[in-house]
Amino acid sequence: MQELDKLVAEAMALFGGIDDADALEQAKARYVGKSGALTELLKGLGKLPAAERPAAGARINVAKQQLEDALNARREFIAARELEARLAGESIDVTLPGRGTGMGGLHPVSRTMERIELLFRSIGFEVADGPEIETDFYNFTALNQPENHPARSMHDTFYLADGRHLLRTHTSPIQIRYMEQRQPPIRIIAPGRVYRVDSDATHSPMFHQVEGLWIDESVSFANLKGVLVDFFQRFFENPELKLRFRPSFFPFTEPSAEIDMSFGEGWLEVGGCGMVHPNVLRNVGIDSERYQGFAFGLGPDRLTMLRYGVKDLRLFYENDLRFLKQFV
Amino acid sequence: MKISEHWLRELVDPELSTAQLSDLLTFGGVEVEAIDPAAPPFDRVVVAEVLSVEKHPQADRLNVCQVNAGTAPLTIVCGAPKVRAGMRVPAALPGARLPGMEIKLAKVRGIESGGMLCSARELGLSEDAEGLLELPADAVIGMSVRDLLDLDDQVLTTKPTPNRGDCLSVLGMAREVAALSGAALKWTEPQALAPQIEDRVDVTVDARADCPLYSARIIRGINAAAATPGWMVRRLARGGIRAISAVVDVTNYVLLEMGQPLHAFDASRVDGGICVRRARSGETLVLLNGTMLELDSRHLIIADARQPLALAGIMGGESSGVTRDTQDIILESAFFVPEIIAGKTRELGFGSDSAYRFERGVDFAGTRSAMERASQLILQICGGRAGPVVGVSADLPARPPVKLRLARAGRILGFPVDAASAMSILGRLGCRPVLAGDTVEASPPSYRFDIGIEEDLIEELARVTGYDRIPAKSPVAPAALLPVREMARGPMSIRRILAALDYQEVVTYSFVDRSWEKDLCGNPEPVALANPIASQMSVMRSSLIGGLIDAVVFNASRKQGRVRLFEVGRCFLNLPGYPQPMRVAAVAFGEAQPRQWGSAARSADFFDLKADLEALLQPAVASFVPASHPALHPGKSARVVMEGEDIGWIGELHPRWQRKYDLPAAPVLFEIEWGAVEKRYLPACGEVPRFPAIRRDLAAEFEEKVRFGDIREALEQSGLTILRDVTVFDLYRGEGVQKGKKSLAFSVLLQDTHKTLTDAEAEKAMTKLRQILQEKFNAKLR
Repeated sequence: MQELDKLVAEAMALFGGIDDADALEQAKARYVGKSGALTELLKGLGKLPAAERPAAGARINVAKQQLEDALNARREFIAARELEARLAGESIDVTLPGRGTGMGGLHPVSRTMERIELLFRSIGFEVADGPEIETDFYNFTALNQPENHPARSMHDTFYLADGRHLLRTHTSPIQIRYMEQRQPPIRIIAPGRVYRVDSDATHSPMFHQVEGLWIDESVSFANLKGVLVDFFQRFFENPELKLRFRPSFFPFTEPSAEIDMSFGEGWLEVGGCGMVHPNVLRNVGIDSERYQGFAFGLGPDRLTMLRYGVKDLRLFYENDLRFLKQFV
Repeated sequence: MKISEHWLRELVDPELSTAQLSDLLTFGGVEVEAIDPAAPPFDRVVVAEVLSVEKHPQADRLNVCQVNAGTAPLTIVCGAPKVRAGMRVPAALPGARLPGMEIKLAKVRGIESGGMLCSARELGLSEDAEGLLELPADAVIGMSVRDLLDLDDQVLTTKPTPNRGDCLSVLGMAREVAALSGAALKWTEPQALAPQIEDRVDVTVDARADCPLYSARIIRGINAAAATPGWMVRRLARGGIRAISAVVDVTNYVLLEMGQPLHAFDASRVDGGICVRRARSGETLVLLNGTMLELDSRHLIIADARQPLALAGIMGGESSGVTRDTQDIILESAFFVPEIIAGKTRELGFGSDSAYRFERGVDFAGTRSAMERASQLILQICGGRAGPVVGVSADLPARPPVKLRLARAGRILGFPVDAASAMSILGRLGCRPVLAGDTVEASPPSYRFDIGIEEDLIEELARVTGYDRIPAKSPVAPAALLPVREMARGPMSIRRILAALDYQEVVTYSFVDRSWEKDLCGNPEPVALANPIASQMSVMRSSLIGGLIDAVVFNASRKQGRVRLFEVGRCFLNLPGYPQPMRVAAVAFGEAQPRQWGSAARSADFFDLKADLEALLQPAVASFVPASHPALHPGKSARVVMEGEDIGWIGELHPRWQRKYDLPAAPVLFEIEWGAVEKRYLPACGEVPRFPAIRRDLAAEFEEKVRFGDIREALEQSGLTILRDVTVFDLYRGEGVQKGKKSLAFSVLLQDTHKTLTDAEAEKAMTKLRQILQEKFNAKLR
């Protein structure tokens, strides 16, 4: 049986040196194949005396198992090597750019509008809308600016050729249209385009405004300050931001204020606001003894400029992709 | 309005710096927009007398002057041609720093000059004045010129709001400063002048409602050519008014000082008495600025027996104006109600200081004293003798007391308002408050046209208290949830879908070039503006297409080869009531995908855009009907239809416009009504089919004119309940396909909801479909 041990040792040494799956299977055939050496030994068992047969058979089977294990190990080894080689050949340049379509983006002022809407929605403001070609009534008269009121000269108005309509000079007409339809409590913001006859580096004949309106039984000037301070601090994500309210005049609010925001060393005007004038409430059939509230108008273009460091208002309406793509 | 700080401080002088005074006003409600020095800084410039003038021995154009500047006589070389002995002029002494130069002892062509004699320009007082600045003959020699000419003054530019006409004068501003600061107002009402002559102006006021108060007086024997004193010229200049002649300067001075517009007529050019009346149509008037007006009954005029003399409260007439030769004048001080002046300057196209004040409200209680003040100044400067004031008055604006409920004030402002501070503030504002329980009754002064209701008083309390002292409080409201509509998408989510589809949002002007409307919308009559800012922005867009194409052109000309844009906005239709539909439009120009490796470059076409539109509309499904549109290629355009309604257009830009706008390739675009994009269906869950589907392919040749939409429709109407879907997976023309024909390959999905389909059933269905193709479309099956 020394011959058996020798055989096993020889076969194991042979398998261990083979790197190719086919060669391994051929080598296997030499030992455990139909006419392999071990197979021959098994066949020769019959020639042994019956008493020796079981022990010899068992030994041969152990040897056979040893060879099978060695073969399997080698097979796995070779398969792993082959897989490794194949994967190495399949490797790609992962630094090449991805393929497919590109991604567009929102206009920077839309981004601002979206933030304004989200912030005000979070305290229960709904979004309202209204026409841009307006009548004199909604743009001025209903807002306590009768014809020939000197305050009308504050707005350089675009008129239509028909002489009866105009392009709204502010989003405030939406207040009127909304209040005509509903009774308080009212809590809305109204974003949109507005128009004034004015054009230079800081004025565009078309720009954006967001109107805000909150009417209820006890909404006060102190609340107006509270809401706006909160808004500006949230919008700019700066709890240190300061607001300053300067007395001003708008025919549709009283008291009225201009809103200044701290910016660097100085202050910048960012909107107007005030307590809704009782005449305005009366004009839409709301009891001004019972209800009161505030209105404000913000300039999203200005807020966008401050937020993103845009220097020239005209860039918003020039639509140069090199400018717009910065806000994707 | 511009006013001299020194003038203001003559009337009220709180212990505040210029900056503090400015803040007091700004945060009290009268914004100070700017503070400018009356003169640029300079020093060591004194009053000097020229003692003698001799020609410079070595320079023709120079003189050597002996000058007395209050110290030892100085020798100064001077280049001014008009220098003469005896005149008093500013001398800059060695070491003086003038705007842009420093004065040193220096030799000028061999002669040492001990300073410089200055022009107004060299001192920075004027842009244009050449020649030496001649000072008054009585100017004290050696005195600082800054003191002499009051040059350390500041000019405050204020911006009173339209409701505060009372702040359009030095007196009005002084009242405001006194009320805000508590400092005393130092103003004495001008005393009435005792008449020196008997002559009375004959005044009739027909239009008493327009002119409730008119006063006039005659002043005879004046010297209209007298020089206006320097102090008055300076104050006028700092108020932004150029000196013209003594009488006009006085009226302007009183306008600035008291806010009362005045007018002086040359009495010799007034025929008979003065009448204040509405004009009659057919009358004309040439104003002082040369404008010739055709008058009618809307105009209030001052007329004599023969003709209109002045447009009341706005501007005098040319024919009756004061000239240097005028000897007798009629001085007018009147109150015209704001309503008769308001809006007139907009109609006229020009304004005046007078109209600006009258339309905002002039203090009718000051009309008479302004007359007296101006008379005194005229007599002082021009001499003459004044007649009695003739006054005609009617019902002046009432100033009924206004009630202020302290509790309501507290409720509006959001903090408790106590009686003592309300009384104090309203008292300082001249409202003579009376406290009765928890109500204050305030009687606004004549000059306040803006206090008529309780809110007006609340505003006064707020601004005088200071807005910064009103607390900022978060409001308390019921914590009710807002509705969230699932059946409609918000504008922002639609914007985000388009951005995800690789479109960049733009905002283009709502007013466009008239030619865009004509070319791209076939709209010859767009909504037009009466006063456009430019001709290429003169009409309102009826479509978003023009603006998008313009933005493509703009970017393409800046070397952008691939431009994909969208816009959301209103369009304006010239129909009754001006419908203003919201729309969304997108345009794609250049390559379908960003240039990249591993993917062949090709231009975006109709079908790329169509896929994007279909994605945008999902889950709704639109159909596309061939139709032509002025902006689009007639063979590559379609009307977009949803639920039987037209919702927009899609197509390729017409080659004509591509050429006109000089684009290297044709953009493809769509424009859709907002409502259709916004709409969304609530998903209704059905059963998921449990039995496997069978997919079969089908290919056939068709005539070119056969449309896929029609084929699909015919197949869908086959009556086969197991037909789930038909899609095209190939369109082929060329080799193997007859010329003028095309080959289409379809993938057909068959499925039964109740059982597994057999091959035989599937084949039967396919036979039916093939039959339809052959019979209806004359298809040659492949």
